[in-house]
Amino acid sequence: MFDFTSVIPSIPYILEGIGITLQIVIFATIIGVVLGILLALCKIGTIWPLKWFAEFYTSIFRGTPLVLQLMIMYYAMPQILGFNIEVMPAAIIAFGLNSAAYISEIIRAGINAVDKGQQEAAKALGIPYAKMMRDIILPQAMKNIMPSLMNEFITLNKESAIVTVIGALDIMRRAYVVGGATFRYLEPLLIAGVIYYVMTLVLTFLGKMIEKRMRRSD
Amino acid sequence: MIKVENLHKTYGKNEVLKGISTEIKEKEVIAVIGPSGSGKSTFLRCINRLEEPTSGDITVDGTVITEKNVMKVRENLGMVFQHFHLFPHKTVLENLIYAPVKVKGISKEEAIKEAENLLEKVGLLEKRDEYPNRLSGGQKQRVAIARALAMNPTVMLFDEPTSALDPEMVKEVLAVMKDLAESGMTMIIVTHEMGFAKEVADRILFLEDGKLVEDSTPEEFFTSPKSERAKEFLDKVL
Repeated sequence: MFDFTSVIPSIPYILEGIGITLQIVIFATIIGVVLGILLALCKIGTIWPLKWFAEFYTSIFRGTPLVLQLMIMYYAMPQILGFNIEVMPAAIIAFGLNSAAYISEIIRAGINAVDKGQQEAAKALGIPYAKMMRDIILPQAMKNIMPSLMNEFITLNKESAIVTVIGALDIMRRAYVVGGATFRYLEPLLIAGVIYYVMTLVLTFLGKMIEKRMRRSD
Repeated sequence: MIKVENLHKTYGKNEVLKGISTEIKEKEVIAVIGPSGSGKSTFLRCINRLEEPTSGDITVDGTVITEKNVMKVRENLGMVFQHFHLFPHKTVLENLIYAPVKVKGISKEEAIKEAENLLEKVGLLEKRDEYPNRLSGGQKQRVAIARALAMNPTVMLFDEPTSALDPEMVKEVLAVMKDLAESGMTMIIVTHEMGFAKEVADRILFLEDGKLVEDSTPEEFFTSPKSERAKEFLDKVL
């Protein structure tokens, strides 16, 4: 049933996909975190148009399939923009915008979980809102946020496999290509599975390390 | 130095402060006393606008506090909370120097020197690099006092500073506050510590049901209170 001999020469080719997957996941996470923080601040703020926009944004991106968002970004946006988008930027932007919606909810919950007394103490010292958020509230919220954020990061790492539909040469796509070339799908797909699993284990471990570091002040 | 004029505060239908007026002079130590729910904490929190007054004016050093100048005025109003509210992710020293450096723009070296002086005064210099969670309640509150003092305020507001402490730690915090009072700091203290109020305060404000019922010296207040309500209250607590 198993015959890895014909697939072995293709293993390095599949492994190269790790770089592509990581690029998508890392850049998308950066976009997701930055945008997620901004959206979360809009949600907890008192300026209603921003609040409304952030809620609407989240609802749209959580309420439609990711694969649809990805295909709109890659196939449909050029119709609006008048120029083509490369696969990688399209994947990174689509994933970034999507995870921003989820991350903003995680961050909103994390900020709300910080003791209200912290804001009062900061106010009483005359600390302006922006500095208070940046230096006092968000660092503490991060501790509440980190486990869920890591979870989101891991989910994103696995879900990134759907970029294969727009032809990005990630782990998934490469395994599929090798399957097509050798007429054996089981082995390359199993290899892809192992790679994703190991990546998840590594990310989980990193997450635990970061959480441990952040608990320093407890 | 602080003038409160006809201060009202309403939460929904619940009127917590029903028109309080008083004046606090420089270097005065005021103890605000009253049964729970009398509005004494709300009164204190209205002074630095942690609560927005429904109506009435508060003047600090000649400036009426408005939404616009409140941040500036707060720099001069140190506040100590019942539950300390130290920044848990910063060390004791970082707690003390953050606002002076980031809000007042004092150089870091100078802020550290000042912070160390203050920590020495509250007897906690050896804890400068500890995180707040490693401190006892009494130590946390002394750090919180030092943190407020680091801004070099002209007035210190205390909101039940010993109410969350274990009994054996109350003394060390009161001692720091007494030193501060003796050094000439203007202080407004919401407290349940009658002994402390009697000993340290220049004036007692007795609040009941959102009204300032009595404004007198400690001797007067504790020996011959004018109002029936103050008498009843003292009968219960003493």
